[in-house]
Order: sequence, then structure tokens, then C-alpha cells
Amino acid sequence: METANTTNYMTLGFALTFVVMGFYVLSMYLRNRNLKRDMLTLEELQKSQLQKK
Amino acid sequence: MTQRPLTLQILDYVSILVLAISTYLALVFAPTEAVMGNVQRVFYFHIGTAWVGLLGFVIAAIAGIAYLVSKNMAWDRFGVAAVEVSTVFFFITIALGSIWARPAWNTWWTWDPRLTTAAVTELIYIAYFMLRAGIEDPEKRARFGAVYSLLGGLSAPITFMVIRLFRTIHPVVIGSQSAEAQGGFSMTADMKVAFFFALFAFTVIFVDMLWHRIRLGSLQEKVEELKLNASM
Repeated sequence: METANTTNYMTLGFALTFVVMGFYVLSMYLRNRNLKRDMLTLEELQKSQLQKK
Repeated sequence: MTQRPLTLQILDYVSILVLAISTYLALVFAPTEAVMGNVQRVFYFHIGTAWVGLLGFVIAAIAGIAYLVSKNMAWDRFGVAAVEVSTVFFFITIALGSIWARPAWNTWWTWDPRLTTAAVTELIYIAYFMLRAGIEDPEKRARFGAVYSLLGGLSAPITFMVIRLFRTIHPVVIGSQSAEAQGGFSMTADMKVAFFFALFAFTVIFVDMLWHRIRLGSLQEKVEELKLNASM
């Protein structure tokens, strides 16, 4: 039996795996960065509130 | 948030390394399957991602029990992290299966018992996040998440066992398969190397991502606390 030429499907499969994993890692990085920014802002706000008191 | 611990930094590099090795083993080292050709190579990642996907759902169920017993929010963070990472990996599993099915079964999708249970499992966990997002109170949210992931966790063993219990066209590579199965193959020694290494590699990557996601959950909780203090 002749081996089927399914290289395009294989390429699609591996590309999809790396793209999905890459997007997930990127989403975690962005969420982490945004939360750190929020934390800094909130800490500064808290400090300024304490100084006013 | 504190700097990444050294163990996590090492794990990050190890994850990249094992992913690269696993890709090499799947694409180059493993021989081409005689009938299906190159598309069979996605099988290694298909199984690797399915393993960690289902593992995470079981872990989330155990974390749910631990939360209900202890009421410790750390278990909730752990459970959410496990579900999120597993949902991503399980999506890859389903997508890879569909890509493989097109040349092997001549269709992208069929409502076979395995494909159906896998799709239902994925939808259960997508719904988990949508429903959680609608609950404001952190304790209620955690309690709901624990019970939900405990019940949802039942879908993992069902999905795993369904091809061994029912008539299905989905092949079983390890163990005996249904007479209707299409696209099955016997693994050579080199294929087994690529197969078992992929299982190992995705387990390492899963642990790494889980750890990062737990840290993200802790940071999220701190920010929520600060927001609450600021509004008082």
C-alpha cells in the first residue's frame, strides 16, 4: 500500500499546537504585567491616603 | 509579587528543552507510518496534551475536595489553575484529533462516543469559567468551583474509558480496540520512544504552566484585597 501524502495536515497540527501554547503563555505574561501595574498604583494610592490622614 | 523562584526558572528552561526534544523525536526520529504518512506524527502531541488535559481535570477535582474540607483559598487557586491549563491543553488535543481525522477518516468531525465525550468535557470546563465569573463573593465562588470541578472531574475517566467500553471508530493504540476502529497502528520501538518522551515532556510543561498560573492567582488575590482596602 502506498503511503499517503499528509504532510500538510502534519504541518497544520504542529503549527496549531505551538500557536495555541504561545498565545496562552503570552496571555499569562500580559495578565501578570497588568496585575503588577495595578498593584503598584494601588499601593501608591494607599500610601498617599495614609499621608493625608 | 516576588521574583520567580530558582526552581521555577530552571523548570522554564527545562520545559523549553523537553518541548524541543519531543518535537525532534516526533518529526525526525520516529519513522513515518506506512499507511497514514506524516500526519500520524501529530499523534505524539495528541496523546501528550490529552494526558495532561485529563490529569489537570482530575487534579482540580481533588483540589475541590481539599477546599471543601479545609476552606483554604489556596486550594481554590490551585483548582482554577489546573482547570485553566488543562482546558488549553485539551483544546489542542481535540484540534489535533480533528486534523488527524481529516485524512484518516475523511472527515474533520464525527459524533463518535470518544469525540463526543471529549467535546462535552471541554465545554464543561469552558462553562466553569463563565459561571465562576458571575459570582462576586470569593467564598461562594470557591465553593461553587469546588463542587463543579468535583462533578466535572467525572468526565475525565469517562472520556478515557469510553473507547475501551463502547463501539467506536477511535483507535486504541495501547490495549484492545473496538472492531470498528479506523486508523490504528502498531508502534515500533522508535515510535514508543517518541510517545513516552512526549508524555514526559507535556507533564513537565504542565507542571511549569500550573506553577505560573498559581502565582498569577495569588497576585490577582492580592490586587483584589488592595482594591477592597482602597474602596473603604
